[in-house]
Amino acid sequence: MNFDPTATEPDPHPPARSAGRAVRIGIGGPVGSGKTALVAALCRALGDRLNLAVVTNDIYTTEDADFLRAAGVLAPDRIEAVQTGCCPHTAIRDDITANLDAVELLEQRFPGLDLVIIESGGDNLTAVFSRGLVDSQVFVVDVAGGDKVPRKGGPGVTTADLLVINKIDLAEQVGADLTVMAADAHRMRGELPVISQSLVRTPDAPEVTDWVLAQLA
Amino acid sequence: MSTVDGVAMVTLILADARFPGGGHVHSGGVEEAAARGLVTGEADLAGFLRGRLRTAGELGAVFAAASAHAAAAGATAGHWRLLDEELDARTPSAAQRAASRAQGRGAVRAGRRAWPSAVLEGLLAAVPRPHHPVVLGALVAGAGGGPSDAALCAGYLAVSGPASAAVRLLGLDPFGANAAVAALDAELRAVVATATAAAALAPADLPAQSSPGLDLLAEAHDRRHREEVRLFAS
Repeated sequence: MNFDPTATEPDPHPPARSAGRAVRIGIGGPVGSGKTALVAALCRALGDRLNLAVVTNDIYTTEDADFLRAAGVLAPDRIEAVQTGCCPHTAIRDDITANLDAVELLEQRFPGLDLVIIESGGDNLTAVFSRGLVDSQVFVVDVAGGDKVPRKGGPGVTTADLLVINKIDLAEQVGADLTVMAADAHRMRGELPVISQSLVRTPDAPEVTDWVLAQLA
Repeated sequence: MSTVDGVAMVTLILADARFPGGGHVHSGGVEEAAARGLVTGEADLAGFLRGRLRTAGELGAVFAAASAHAAAAGATAGHWRLLDEELDARTPSAAQRAASRAQGRGAVRAGRRAWPSAVLEGLLAAVPRPHHPVVLGALVAGAGGGPSDAALCAGYLAVSGPASAAVRLLGLDPFGANAAVAALDAELRAVVATATAAAALAPADLPAQSSPGLDLLAEAHDRRHREEVRLFAS
């Protein structure tokens, strides 16, 4: 047992996953970091290969769901929007009832689902998913949010199973130092993985797609 | 019986805003009322909560108490179905019925882990998705509480959630909203007394206060949600 508050290590508890149900992956991160764009990229990359569905938690209820439906990356009835009562972090962490209802609805509607992606509403750096809701989680930050974000830490940056540093194509315009961001991220996260990407350069998010597929293996 | 000064611990947990049963996404009509300018500040909120407690709150308390009584008396499947149907009949708004069953489902999911009981399983075998007050009564009874515990819980939840929603939606002073709930002490006691006295009645004879205003707000909330933004499920 390590009581050093700055130490990080993977969650020692095995995920409580019952046999036969879909793998649930949470995608969280601050407002505007590119969560919905990443979900759309994953749907494009995996929609033909997996039986896939999405739950969104946008504070404006249907905005993200509408975006995904309009993007045409997934059939509209495979996307459910959850209302979070002004508390997006509560809905993914402290009281996961509304999200579990949505996941179970999708599992009933599409028997044999392989993967449910749950996108959080944009929130702060402390908002992580409950292990009762997801099997693993991705935390998305972006270079335009400032290159100090990985250094600030918080449970999202330090404990998520995967950290994605998004929009690296903008680094020069916003004066963000990618080397510092990546070094800080690795320092804060120990052995946990970090992927830097730009959906402008690689619209199908190949590295994150591979990571997601590894979670299903 | 697991009681502390007469109130079972299960009552405190079920009434706690931290209870993970999905209650935090329901405003009990406050979001629609706020959108229409009917609730704008602490004074409006106090009136709204008082009205809600004496109508929807009392209805929920009556059925929670009746459910706890039925559970203790070894209710048959037929009795559970009747109790649930009678609450359906006293809830004219389809949106409110859906909100009640959604919260019932959430309370079942969380409550099954905390207080597994034959009583709860008996209810669920008869009614797979019971109304929230019926679930509260079964959970309270399964954990050793009585009809008044269940009524207290249902009555309190009828105002605590909406008060919290008003703080989040209108940026009200949380001390003011909290004081507005605390000021309902005597009225909540009266509601609990009414509900406890009625707990042993046949389901068809249970008293029901109605609130057409809340019914209309619930329906309008549901309708508006399809056209514009609503942050709460009800």
